[in-house]
Amino acid sequence: MQAEAHPHGSNRKYLVVAAILAVVTLVEFGIVYLPGLGSALIPVLLLLSAGKFALVALYFMHLKDDTRLFAMFFVPGVFLAAVVAVSLKLLMHVGH
Amino acid sequence: MSAHTAVHAHGSHPELEQHQLKLGFWIFLASECVFFASLIGTYLSLHGRSHSGPMPHEIFDLPLTTVSSFVLLMSSLTMVLAVAAIKQADLKAMQRWLAATAVLGLVFLGFQAYEFTTFAGEGLTLTSSIFGSSFYTLTGFHGFHVAIGVLWLLSALVYSLRGGISQRQATKIEVAGLYWHFVDVVWIVIFTVVYLIEAAGQGAMH
Repeated sequence: MQAEAHPHGSNRKYLVVAAILAVVTLVEFGIVYLPGLGSALIPVLLLLSAGKFALVALYFMHLKDDTRLFAMFFVPGVFLAAVVAVSLKLLMHVGH
Repeated sequence: MSAHTAVHAHGSHPELEQHQLKLGFWIFLASECVFFASLIGTYLSLHGRSHSGPMPHEIFDLPLTTVSSFVLLMSSLTMVLAVAAIKQADLKAMQRWLAATAVLGLVFLGFQAYEFTTFAGEGLTLTSSIFGSSFYTLTGFHGFHVAIGVLWLLSALVYSLRGGISQRQATKIEVAGLYWHFVDVVWIVIFTVVYLIEAAGQGAMH
């Protein structure tokens, strides 16, 4: 295996992603104290969380650069996981 | 591929083996997603059904948990830099970044231990209430995964210091990295679902 070209370029990409993750985390912490968002706050938090999840998966886990075969197995697993979590939540509401 | 080639090729296609190793691990991570989803779904379904004991908004310390979340996020950065280093044949840098990742993982576990002992002191235990059971089960399993990850990283570091890892075995570090990043993304979800949304529902906590 040959050493990758432009090593510092790819490391800079990781630093940028980490900075974005840190800023989004700070934003998440800050907006829970904002009075104006109301019922939109939870969807916004979930969206920010999904964005962080995607950034780590795509760039740190190299899902964006690796063969699509990996995503073909992992992404359905993530969707199935979301279905399981939501179903459990709804099941408790249906039963009561 | 002829039968002769196939027999001759068995065990002599390292790139194929590395690809299969990574594919198998991605499939494992997909199953782990479902596992954690069952725990998160259970926590959500039982949320608000406790009749006794401290409630989430009474004991959660959001600033502290935000700091611990930041620590875990930064450990993902150091982990990906470790993987990049071994791919660039920079063994020393890989070792430094691996060590940094393990240290940050231990710091995160320290935060978790502090949180658990503080909560226990305020009356929230595994058996004190529905909230206690679901909270400790979810975050406890995640913490256990982090601990396994730290042991994995430290083992890889020691193995590397003894000359056991070269650039040709970069995939082994990459797979360890996949596990560590997965632990991080699970915490991203837990932090939002358990802590942030609780804070959003109750207003600013202490």
